[in-house]
Amino acid sequence: MSGWEYAPALESAGAAGLAESYGIFVGGEFGGGGGGPLHPLNPATEAPLAEVATADRSDVDSAVAAARASLRSVWGALPGAERAKYLFRLSRLVQERARELAAVETLDGGKPVQDSSGVQVPAAAAHLFHHAGWADKLDHAGFGADPRPLGVVAVVLSADHPLRRLASVVAPALAAGNAVVLKPSATTPLAALVFADLCRQAGLPAGAVNVLPGTGEVGAQLVAHGGVDAVAFAGSTGTGREVQKAAAGKRLAMELDGTGAHVVYDDAPLDQAVDGVVAGFSGSGGENCSRVLVQEPIAAEFLAKLRDRVRALRVGDPMDKNTDVGPLCSAERLARARELADSAQQAGATRWDHPGELPERGFFAAPAVFPDAQQAMRLAREPIPGPLLPVLTFRTPEEAVAKANNTPYGHTAAVWADKGSRALWTARQLQAGVVQVNTTHRSDPTAPPEPRQQSGFGRIAGLEAYLDV
Amino acid sequence: MLEPPPEFSDVVRDEASLRRFLHGLPGVDQVGLERRAAALGSRSLKRDAKWWAIDAAISMVDLTSLEGADSPGKVRALAAKAVRPDAERPDTPRVAAVCVYPDLAGVAAEALGGSGVGVASVATAFPSGRSSRQVKLAEVRLAVESGASEVDVVLDRGAFLAGSYGAVFEEVRAVREACGGAHLKVILETGELATADNVRRASWLALLAGADFIKTSTGKVSPAATLPVTVLMLQAVRHWRDRSGRLCGVKPAGGIRSTKDALKYLVAVREVAGPEWLTPGLFRFGASSLLGDLVMQRRTQRDGHYASAANVAVDA
Amino acid sequence: MTSDRPASEQPETLGQPEKPGRPATPEQPATPGRLAVAKTCKLFLGGTFPRSESGRVLPVHNSGGAFLANVSQASRKDVRDAVSAARKAFPGWAGASAHNRGQVLFRVAEVLEGRREQFRAEVAAAEGVSAERAARLVDAAVDRVVWFAGWTDKLPVLTGGAHPVAGPYSAVSAPEPVGVVGVLAPQESSLLGLVSVLAPVLAAGGTCVLVASEQRPLPAVSLAEVLATSDVPAGAANVLTGRAGELAPVLAAHADVDALDPAGLEPDGLAEAAEAAAGTAKRVLAHREAPDWTAAPSPARLRALTTRKTTWHPTGT
Repeated sequence: MSGWEYAPALESAGAAGLAESYGIFVGGEFGGGGGGPLHPLNPATEAPLAEVATADRSDVDSAVAAARASLRSVWGALPGAERAKYLFRLSRLVQERARELAAVETLDGGKPVQDSSGVQVPAAAAHLFHHAGWADKLDHAGFGADPRPLGVVAVVLSADHPLRRLASVVAPALAAGNAVVLKPSATTPLAALVFADLCRQAGLPAGAVNVLPGTGEVGAQLVAHGGVDAVAFAGSTGTGREVQKAAAGKRLAMELDGTGAHVVYDDAPLDQAVDGVVAGFSGSGGENCSRVLVQEPIAAEFLAKLRDRVRALRVGDPMDKNTDVGPLCSAERLARARELADSAQQAGATRWDHPGELPERGFFAAPAVFPDAQQAMRLAREPIPGPLLPVLTFRTPEEAVAKANNTPYGHTAAVWADKGSRALWTARQLQAGVVQVNTTHRSDPTAPPEPRQQSGFGRIAGLEAYLDV
Repeated sequence: MLEPPPEFSDVVRDEASLRRFLHGLPGVDQVGLERRAAALGSRSLKRDAKWWAIDAAISMVDLTSLEGADSPGKVRALAAKAVRPDAERPDTPRVAAVCVYPDLAGVAAEALGGSGVGVASVATAFPSGRSSRQVKLAEVRLAVESGASEVDVVLDRGAFLAGSYGAVFEEVRAVREACGGAHLKVILETGELATADNVRRASWLALLAGADFIKTSTGKVSPAATLPVTVLMLQAVRHWRDRSGRLCGVKPAGGIRSTKDALKYLVAVREVAGPEWLTPGLFRFGASSLLGDLVMQRRTQRDGHYASAANVAVDA
Repeated sequence: MTSDRPASEQPETLGQPEKPGRPATPEQPATPGRLAVAKTCKLFLGGTFPRSESGRVLPVHNSGGAFLANVSQASRKDVRDAVSAARKAFPGWAGASAHNRGQVLFRVAEVLEGRREQFRAEVAAAEGVSAERAARLVDAAVDRVVWFAGWTDKLPVLTGGAHPVAGPYSAVSAPEPVGVVGVLAPQESSLLGLVSVLAPVLAAGGTCVLVASEQRPLPAVSLAEVLATSDVPAGAANVLTGRAGELAPVLAAHADVDALDPAGLEPDGLAEAAEAAAGTAKRVLAHREAPDWTAAPSPARLRALTTRKTTWHPTGT
């Protein structure tokens, strides 16, 4: 009976309906791009998924011009109520084509299909739906009467959660009345291209949304372009510095690297804390949970439960509905994760790896826990690109807060405690834009996060970044 | 095993120690618990895995009839179905046990003699538990003397919610003793306990007092068994095993009507407690109409097309 | 937004037999030699379409005086039953997420849009306006529902937020729906005015008992059919036809109705309702004379139909 295996429950790759090749999307049409083609890989198999045309400088010019033209003609002339209806249409289209979009998301980015279909795609639809409702109510958004759009917004995104991320940024930008030129990550460009098709199906006026696949160079050209009025950037802190320089003079909002510290007090609901920590560190690149600070009296019990819970994770083919942990999205991420883990071991950290064999191909990393990590280790201070979890201990709330805040980042943190006052006090002390109490990974279109310090500034998923206020 | 494990002798020494221990257990966040249950419920079982799980589920059913209108004839029909859930498919596993009121346990024992299907009887003023200690223990003895190999008793929820943990503990110990060699299941009636924290405490209380199984519900109160509450109880028996070395089981009862639901519970057993619990000795379903659906799904898996309810024998 | 002739001047046509081939209701144009199947107009209560328990009906005429249909004439007992249904539906609707309520309201708009032709004909017949004007009014009504659908998850921006209190406390206010709302729909604007007073109740998370226009109730009857097929939970919206003068005082005095929107009342009825409402400290929404329903909508009703819950919690280790 202990041999009961679930049997593969594979979502079919055909559900993604991928084309062999994709063009760039400018002025409402797909067409050839002047740059060299990209071949995004399926990170679970390392096989190429499609050929994707990329933009060259003249394509960037055309896209910006098409965006500007749309503002001067159809898109710019629409009353808010009509803009709203386009966004409602896009939200419904995401819901209608949910299965296809989830399959694309998993094939391109490697996140388990249960996550793509259960969380990412519905969230994308929700962002569009929520901001659709703002398009005709901007007077009531708290910015005064008749706030105006900024104009042409350049959106440059990282490889994580490509569909949800793009929806969360494009929705408020369009709702506010801007036109968008979007450069998706070179690693995961496909969601944006399918989204462009949705824009076509919705009858979105030409030029309101343009998609320029390409490498960082295209992003740099776009961000620096004289015809762009505002920039929304999601990516690494290092690239963020370049973007900020290049975008001087333009409105800018950026969501950069983060290290999510989870503070687990001795009165924490322990089983749920373990569930939350494990979901946080294994399911994402670490921005949700990249280290745990556990109060010393319960550290041993916590680690025992953590180990059990990690052991129960199913690592494998992300297209299998029973997979909990898929591959990292690129070889580069995997290399960085290995390097960081090695540096921790060299600094003397013990390491427990998730048992079980990893698939032969694919950018898979076994989830690993470092039960005696120290504040001085790089692993405890740097953003973590893979499923690695350093565990540190603390004695008092003040110490927990000091350790949690001892990084230059300020994106997300979490607190696990039964006592409400202590949880709220800790939330107030933590240097993070989002504090999750007794939960993890929560996000909602009505509550766009605002990172701080080296994790960025502004709210790329909120209206304000796209309004002239 | 009548005595609590030695490492817990201090805990059960008196009411105050028991309270300190139970209230010192980690709290449960209800929202987080439900998320874990939902994630377990989203596992997808295919082909062989589903085949195996349906047969396992059938073998874990305690086929139940606890109605005022139950008669010897009804119990005999129940017993026949328990031994042969699908008359046309003799390779269908038999269920684990039938579950009846104590005055009909004798009828069940006679009908099931030698079949390998157990006789479980409820006792202790089931379902409310509101009667004197004397009456409750008399029912236990009636069940055991009539031939019940398993006894499903109810926790005194009134006493528990009033905080009289010592009294509740003593009562379960007395029941344990009256059971003799019969297998004891303690029904927590989680729907009345209302909070996850209470369910955790009641689970530990029952295990400390000598329960072989902790059971969610009588099936007479709504909500009965739910996946989150079962996950919580599976965590308890797992933790109990880790701390005491003793293996105890879990029985969700009431409200599990479809094969789809039953399979979610088996996933929870495997991933929360561990594969060792995937056996009728450590996991049961308290159900009546579930068996019919399991049999239909078993046919669907084997025949390759959807079955009709007309194919399945009714209980009555 | 008024019809060419006020209702009181329309000729009485009770008792005159209908000629065969003549349309019984506006959406069923006559085909030569074929008699249209006339709709029986009932109340919408608890998710189903019952007749009034009183068995009474009211005849409805178009602006030209022609007979259109008999509608159920709701009684005080129907009001009682509707309030009971609305109360029963309230925890589920108020407890649904704002996102979910927005999706349901948007679905109402989708279904309404799908029946544009029917509503155009009904509004034209009810209000005596041209086909073009009726079309614009119906389009505006659909867009009005869309507007309210987008408000469900934005109410805290209007009314709520964290309070910077003097002390180590977290003090946060969140809007909650007031409860069951009694609505007297506008007498003249048979669809646009109707959705403008119905949608805010649902958007705010409340449930309602709505009394349709007395003389122009047919678009409300059809709107009830739209509600019934749009994932709106049974009892969340109840639509009664009948005499506002008879039903308004019942709603106003009912202790289980938390708010009253008197949009469809005349000055006399208004005063009577206000006095009745005072008996149960029921909030009464502001009444505006001859509002222009085609003007840009305001969230005033959303504010009036929500109440704030403030939660304090100390912060300290």
